[in-house]
Amino acid sequence: MEQIPNEYSHINGWGIDADPKNEPTYPMKNYTGDDHQRINWERPPLQNVTVEILKSNERPNLTAVFGTSSPPSGLSGAIRRYAFKSSESEYGHWLPLLLADRINVVEGIIDDLRQGHIPNIFAEKGWKADWKYNRIGLAKNVLIGVAVTTALIVLVNRKKRKSAL
Amino acid sequence: MLAMNYRGPFRVRAAHKPYPEILHPGDAIVRVTRSCICGSDLHLYHGLVPDTRVGMTFGHEFIGVVEEIGSSVQKLAVGDNVIVPFNVACGTCAFCKQGLFGNCHESNPQATAVGGIFGYSHTAGGYDGGQAEFVRVPYADVGPTIIPEWMDHDDAVLLTDVVPTGYQAAEMGGIKTGDTVVVFGAGPVGIMAAKCAWLFGAGRVIVIDHLEYRLDFVRNYAQCEAYNFRSMEDPVLFIKKTTDWFGADVCIDAVGGDASGSPLQTITGKKLLLQAGSATALHWAINSVKKGGIVSIVGVYGPTDNLVPIGNVVNKGITIRANQASVKRLLPRLIDHIQAGRLDPKAIITHRVPLEEVADAYHIFSAKLDNCIKPILIPPSARK
Repeated sequence: MEQIPNEYSHINGWGIDADPKNEPTYPMKNYTGDDHQRINWERPPLQNVTVEILKSNERPNLTAVFGTSSPPSGLSGAIRRYAFKSSESEYGHWLPLLLADRINVVEGIIDDLRQGHIPNIFAEKGWKADWKYNRIGLAKNVLIGVAVTTALIVLVNRKKRKSAL
Repeated sequence: MLAMNYRGPFRVRAAHKPYPEILHPGDAIVRVTRSCICGSDLHLYHGLVPDTRVGMTFGHEFIGVVEEIGSSVQKLAVGDNVIVPFNVACGTCAFCKQGLFGNCHESNPQATAVGGIFGYSHTAGGYDGGQAEFVRVPYADVGPTIIPEWMDHDDAVLLTDVVPTGYQAAEMGGIKTGDTVVVFGAGPVGIMAAKCAWLFGAGRVIVIDHLEYRLDFVRNYAQCEAYNFRSMEDPVLFIKKTTDWFGADVCIDAVGGDASGSPLQTITGKKLLLQAGSATALHWAINSVKKGGIVSIVGVYGPTDNLVPIGNVVNKGITIRANQASVKRLLPRLIDHIQAGRLDPKAIITHRVPLEEVADAYHIFSAKLDNCIKPILIPPSARK
């Protein structure tokens, strides 16, 4: 861009990267023809498998490196193993994974308790920040919680009384 | 070492974890000096991304000091200060060789549709991330880039994702000189996309969001127009009218699956998880762009499906361009822009939070408390 039009002179760098040749597919990809070699590139050394790694069935092998965080375990792990029998294109892959995630939350609480740690769920939800910046919102949430809990207790007690009669 | 620990939707804490190990000859261990919470981390935090496991450490935006290197690492030395791109990229597969470092095929065994990303669920490779004191960095000769001595480390940490993603959003828009560019979302990436659109010669840049404090910020920071969609009946109609009933030349979705603005999308995408997040911004982008226009998507969605008006894509002849940012490819140009003063990333940082208070930081960012735009986490070892 040789000369910046007056109306944009206040914008530092205006038009400096303008590229009339920037049409779809370029410059996202610098085409080299490697696509036609498919997956036959020279692979990096392979990471040793030290924990269970689930693998997409849309690829023939594990990648050369991978993360080792939180290997599958327990009921959620069993569900994850089942999910990986379906391809990434299937609901049968993703929906069981979401279910496993939710079950994993309960497993996490049980693990905490087993280790003698009572999770401070209020702190984990960042309620200290609410106390600092959003007291009215926090008060509303607490009031709604109290109201719902009270309603549930009243409902349960009524049913108990009815069944006692 | 201390690390962020995911316990379930809307629940995280700082907890001690074992120090990471070198697991591959190309690995490095980096001592984190700053990490950010990204808008896309909120998708994990909100439970929207499948295979997000309890116990994982998030964080794909971090910089730090090299503490250890594997036997084959040649380009880094212990003590180097490095920017670590959010993509885990091998540099040798067909995709990396062609500059698509965000699409590496040797970094994520769990999914073929996305390359490895630090701290971004097992759907993105199962790597523990950088919201910790230390982190394992695979392919250390490929991604990490030494921080220039003159560079402020607050700028450096934003080069790991926010700046390249915003820049690539504008780049993928194929902006022609004089184009009208509409950016949906005034979060950190949207702010940066608006700023970068000018570098490509945009004639008019418009940002749409619903948070007034962010609209005020982007109006000043990116010298653009900014409008609140809550104050208009229909944002698509607004854009049509303001472009002489033609439509925008380029629309950028910088929101992704956490979008507000449509009760149907919110309920089906965010509450019931019947789709992979709320696609409101993408819906508006497709319907606001001109016939033959370009929609650039950098907002993050889950891997299942979304409700978008695909018929309008066909009928209007829209080109959709989308990808995870190829950070490594863009870094040299972006470092130039920062050095020349054309970009000032650190100005978007609003909150510095000790890593120990990570739960509060997530909640502040998620609930948009205290006019939060970009929080960064400082590990205890970096505060000494």
